[in-house]
Amino acid sequence: MTTPFSCRHPLAARGVTGLPGAAFALGAVAVLGLGMPAWAQDGASPLNQPWQEVEQQARGQTVYFNAWGGDPNVNGYLDWVAGELERRHDIDLVHVKLDDTAAAVSRVLAEKSAGNVDEGAIDLIWINGENFAAMKDNALLLGPFAQRLPNFALTSPDANPEMTTDFTVPTEGFESPWGKAQLTFYYDSERVEAPPTSMAALLDWTKQHPGRFTYPLVPDFHGSTFLKQALIALVDDPAMLARPVGEADAEAAMAPLWDYLDALHPHLWRQGRDFPASGPALRSLMGDGELSLAFAFNPAEPAAAVNNYQLPPSIRSYVLDGGTIGNVHFVTIPFNASHQAGAMVTANFLLSPEAQARKQRLDVWGDPSVLDLARLDEAERQALTPMDDQPARLAPQALQQTQPEPHPSWMEAVEAAWLERYGSR
Amino acid sequence: MAAADTSTFSRLVRLAPALTVLLLVAPVVAGLAGAAAPAFGWLPVLGGEQLSLAPWVSLARTPGIAEMLLLSFTTGLISTALALAIVVLFLGAFADSAAFVWLKRLLSPLLAVPHAAAAIGLAFLLAPSGLAMRLVSPALSGHTTPPDYLFPGDPFGLALIAGLVVKEVPFLLLMSLSALPQCQADDRRHLALSLGYSPVTAFLKAVLPSLYPLIRLPVYAVIAFASSNVDVAMILGPSTPPTLAVSVVRWLGDPDLSMRFMASAAALTQLGITLLALACWWCLEQAIRWCATPRLTDGRRNSGQRLGSLLGGGLTWLSVTLLGASLLGLTLWSLAAFWPFPSAWPTPLTLANWGRALPGLLPATLDTLWLALAATVLATILVIGCLESEALNHRSMGAGATLVLYLPLLVPPVAFLYGLVQLQAQLSVAPGFMVVVLGHCLFVLPYVFLSLAESYRRLDPRWTQVAAGLGHGPAAAFVRVRLPLLLAPIATASAVGIAVSVGQYLPTLLLGAGRLTTLTTEAVSLASGGDRRLTAVYALAQLLLPALGFALAIGLPRVLHRQRRALLT
Repeated sequence: MTTPFSCRHPLAARGVTGLPGAAFALGAVAVLGLGMPAWAQDGASPLNQPWQEVEQQARGQTVYFNAWGGDPNVNGYLDWVAGELERRHDIDLVHVKLDDTAAAVSRVLAEKSAGNVDEGAIDLIWINGENFAAMKDNALLLGPFAQRLPNFALTSPDANPEMTTDFTVPTEGFESPWGKAQLTFYYDSERVEAPPTSMAALLDWTKQHPGRFTYPLVPDFHGSTFLKQALIALVDDPAMLARPVGEADAEAAMAPLWDYLDALHPHLWRQGRDFPASGPALRSLMGDGELSLAFAFNPAEPAAAVNNYQLPPSIRSYVLDGGTIGNVHFVTIPFNASHQAGAMVTANFLLSPEAQARKQRLDVWGDPSVLDLARLDEAERQALTPMDDQPARLAPQALQQTQPEPHPSWMEAVEAAWLERYGSR
Repeated sequence: MAAADTSTFSRLVRLAPALTVLLLVAPVVAGLAGAAAPAFGWLPVLGGEQLSLAPWVSLARTPGIAEMLLLSFTTGLISTALALAIVVLFLGAFADSAAFVWLKRLLSPLLAVPHAAAAIGLAFLLAPSGLAMRLVSPALSGHTTPPDYLFPGDPFGLALIAGLVVKEVPFLLLMSLSALPQCQADDRRHLALSLGYSPVTAFLKAVLPSLYPLIRLPVYAVIAFASSNVDVAMILGPSTPPTLAVSVVRWLGDPDLSMRFMASAAALTQLGITLLALACWWCLEQAIRWCATPRLTDGRRNSGQRLGSLLGGGLTWLSVTLLGASLLGLTLWSLAAFWPFPSAWPTPLTLANWGRALPGLLPATLDTLWLALAATVLATILVIGCLESEALNHRSMGAGATLVLYLPLLVPPVAFLYGLVQLQAQLSVAPGFMVVVLGHCLFVLPYVFLSLAESYRRLDPRWTQVAAGLGHGPAAAFVRVRLPLLLAPIATASAVGIAVSVGQYLPTLLLGAGRLTTLTTEAVSLASGGDRRLTAVYALAQLLLPALGFALAIGLPRVLHRQRRALLT
């Protein structure tokens, strides 16, 4: 009798010779799976039903909402949303907590490769920017569905192009707006009297306060956003950033950015030889007192962090002169979601004045509303006007000064060039 | 009746190895195929429809790739060598001493600390704004704001090595403790002492040569883990560039999906680096054996006694103290309100963080517990089945079989887990509890095997022969003789299994589609939000289950064998 563990065991042998077979199977299934999407021929798809019918279909469904789970405030808010959806629509909302949205993208991709066209494990994803562009390009999304949501009109999409463009990419109804973000700087007012209000001033400031500022490691989203903000300030013609990078002389356009960073890095935290891993890690360094100046992408984040002891009460927020990069974050539905009606009802509820007002409360989350106040009645407007006076919070009028995101291809070009220049020292 | 019993038992036992192979090989090979195909340009869903070497070319052109490879390789080897040296010197210098008894008691809580929690704690301890600097500031250091030195995250990976060593020392110590009785360590040592050898020399010359073969596989597992781990390297390792494993995770998570091709090539490269590190270690083993053999019998009684006991004692207590202080730091953070530099004690202390975490903590703890129990019970039964089948066949498994068992430990999880998800989707297996249990088994089973195999194999076969001589079949001999004799190592192996299961992040998230919320998935997703207080709460909760497991593993045999003290050593 051969030993069961011998490497000539039939199972092991089949596994090894099975390699090309497996690859072939993947290919065959993918080719079959790339045919017409299921919903196109399907009259019962919630995309083709009246809204009342969609709500009816949604009853009793379990909606798996894949959303970043790193912020206990956001998690708490989604608990509340789950309770309301259960009560109003008999929907069981499950928050699948991710440490990175890429995990959800990978899963949908794997399911598509495997030819799973209608039994996806994910019903709704919190998303924007590059992840959305990648999913849309690879036909991994259901839609267009946003226009079908009754509450979508409350965002006045015709008057507010940012509700239908995501990093300059038209959303075309493949995602529904949820909240707003804007690059917001914050500083410790006990240590800093006059924070820098422009990129040029920031360089001078770091020279006077060496080691007290840094940005997260590129390609972390926060680090890349800082680079884009610098690029907007330094490039000769900011209008060129709205077009794909291929149409411009990228080398020349980015040259001032590299000059700037070459001058900046020696004065950064750890002399620019190490970078914090993420935006939250940057905030931890502020809390530890290692930094005196930092930035966040949620304008309410510094104030919320003061409330739960992560930052000192002396924190103050501001935006640069002329404004900073802002964008909208969205929810989207994978092409193969198992519970499409439930996902649409959830997306619609997230856009309701009540849900948006609660989300904006500093003690809940503090994420700015995407609704157009002019579309709402007086009581709803009241609810959406911030009442709390936390001194660390960004003044509401500062949010008006928003600069658009560059085309996503710029982000990729800047990230690649940054890693080339500074990624290994 | 007895005959039927015997044949059923034997048949079941002979099934175990086949089942084990299926359980371990099929997912890893399928997962690797899922990684290998894109590494050579094949992933039709992303437009890769012909084989090419382009992913390898772009990997070779990645800035800093050489440093990444070197960093993974060196930190893996150096941390293992250090940890092993510490354990050996400690065992040599302090066997039978009071310090030895104390460390044995500390062992289970130390083993239970999850790697990521230890790393977070260590980072906080040693960072410029950390606990150590706070203790001397501003009085001694003069700093009112944190100084700006590069540690952790230093370019040589020293902080990373330290983080790996403090977690590897308890593991290797546990493995050695369970192997020592098997090689008659006490008899050997006493004989050497009576011949006038000093303690460290006696251990090095008389015990180590027979001990090392018994702990060799655990050492290999440590090398594989140290050269390919992600969470410790992410927290304590350098960032420009990071280790290869960290880069693989980043590339696999890149929104630009075309990066998947290069990421797959990098994942296979990671496998290569781990194998290279193992090969180097093997060469080192041979070299040391060649150099050391003549010295074993040179008759010198005092080689390296003073230095050995000094280093063994000093470094062991240093690593234990570092780990302990890291845990203390985590505990303080879980109770802290705003805690600015340079105060070394948080005021006021608050239970608010625990209060915020409690509603989520209980369901996550239950899920974690059921998963860990199910995976560990399944793994332990299969491992015992495999070992029992060895015993019945009177031959132990060959090198190929050993490789199969350690496959999931040698192949970086990031490399095959994504491929495995692909397979899961292809077979339309719904994500859920059972799939995750099987996924955990991939990692639990090798560690249970690692912990149990040598004790099982070294069990004197004459016990079984005596039982047979008294008219008992293999089943009765197994239940009434072998199992009780092996209770202590089995309990320890199960505790290791529970600790491994509790610590799993990627398999739980990927195979369960994120629907199973465990303490570890909560801790990792909260850690990504940077709230150190909540992260500390979850890290401490994460530590409690395995600590309970180890306490049971040590306590249970003591209670059951209270009349048979010799079985406990």
